[in-house]
Amino acid sequence: MTWVVDNLDLIGRLTVEHLRQSALPILLGLLLSIPLGWLAFRFRLTRGLMLTVVGLLYTIPSLALFALLPPLLGISFLSEINLVIALTIYAVAIMTRFVADALASVEPHVRQAADAVGYGAWRRFWQVDLPLAGPVVLAGLRVTAVSTISLCTVGILIGIDNLGYLFTNGYQRQIVAEILAGVVAVVVIALVIDRLLVVLGRALMPWAGKGA
Amino acid sequence: MIEFRSVTKTYPDGTDAVADFSLVVPAHTTTVLVGSSGSGKTTLLRMINRMVEPTSGSIEIDGEPIAQRDPVRLRRSIGYVLQNGGLLPHHRVIDNVATVLRLEGTPKQEAREKAAEVLDVVGLDRSLAQRYPSQLSGGQQQRVGVARALAADPNILLMDEPFGAVDPIVRAELQAETLRLQQELHKTVVFVTHDIDEAFLLGDQVVILSTGAQVAQVGSPSEIIENPADDFVASFIGTERGARALRTKHTDHGTVLVDGAGRTQGRLVESSS
Repeated sequence: MTWVVDNLDLIGRLTVEHLRQSALPILLGLLLSIPLGWLAFRFRLTRGLMLTVVGLLYTIPSLALFALLPPLLGISFLSEINLVIALTIYAVAIMTRFVADALASVEPHVRQAADAVGYGAWRRFWQVDLPLAGPVVLAGLRVTAVSTISLCTVGILIGIDNLGYLFTNGYQRQIVAEILAGVVAVVVIALVIDRLLVVLGRALMPWAGKGA
Repeated sequence: MIEFRSVTKTYPDGTDAVADFSLVVPAHTTTVLVGSSGSGKTTLLRMINRMVEPTSGSIEIDGEPIAQRDPVRLRRSIGYVLQNGGLLPHHRVIDNVATVLRLEGTPKQEAREKAAEVLDVVGLDRSLAQRYPSQLSGGQQQRVGVARALAADPNILLMDEPFGAVDPIVRAELQAETLRLQQELHKTVVFVTHDIDEAFLLGDQVVILSTGAQVAQVGSPSEIIENPADDFVASFIGTERGARALRTKHTDHGTVLVDGAGRTQGRLVESSS
């Protein structure tokens, strides 16, 4: 405990870094997965292909991905952008399937009703299909957020400081409290972000879960 | 006026949902398409707003072929009431009713004011305006569906088995309400149902359909009951089982009419005309 008390400012600084590094991949994952998920939902041909590809992406070990991306994209191995792109790929891998399932969860008769009263295709997607897919998209986003926050710690292996630092440093210096502090901090921010997403979902989708 | 001219709908598997169907739907009256499932009645209805495209033949509204009109604009000009209300679950009642006005570009506030007036027209309390559809009863949802269809004041109203999913008491209420509205508004209504009693109650013109949208008989309810075209019609409207046969019975209090099962159905009075 003394270690934690003595290093609160370090933990605080790393937590902020950690959140900053996780936020972008989560957001990008959501944004990219909407068109990809739509493709997987809309066309039988693209569905199998997309879902296989994103399924495979998720199986690539993170260290391998860190090594693969720099030569492919011409970025530095030891850079934050390497971490952000790798995490975004995992986020897209999770979210695409959720978005495809979410769009499929919209009742066909509601979609038909929207057509019948005169929604055009584009407008219907943004104003009917996507909002109604919201609850399932949110479920996916919660999984993605928790997974990204946890996965982000491996960034320390390519020299990016975040809560993962507490793991490697604590291991090297044999400070158990430091390692535990890292674990607890990661879990706490994952839970906090998860709750925030739930609250945000309730605010944006007040209609969901209201039954007579 | 809506006119079907030799309309055919063949599905890719080769089945004819509709074969060579022709019909004139007169303006400002209610035409009911009635038939069992597989009679193609809903397919016919959906052709009017181009939810379904005919394989051949044409449909005209006031002499203008609808094939030349933009489907989305066409749909906004026609009111559509669906079986289960078909409301958008993520929009409040008031915004569901305002849907078509908003799609047509009416400013939000103005659209909501108009929508609130339409709630009055269909007999819904304005206190329900801020609710979501899932917080309403089936009958209330159906009224909202009617209100949405009426909000942009279309000339034509399509009703696709609108009262099929509500209980008999509410259905009777909604039917009465539909009659009242039609007396006030004089829309050109095309109503689809499998319930012959509903068809006779609401229809100025009733079209009885057999498989493949073959017209078994077209006429007013009186014409059809008085003179069924064939055995199919007789059996469909129930005259052959004696369900519509009424006998007179003399009682101390005057003559009454009783049905085949001996239940008194009404009192016999001299016609005033």
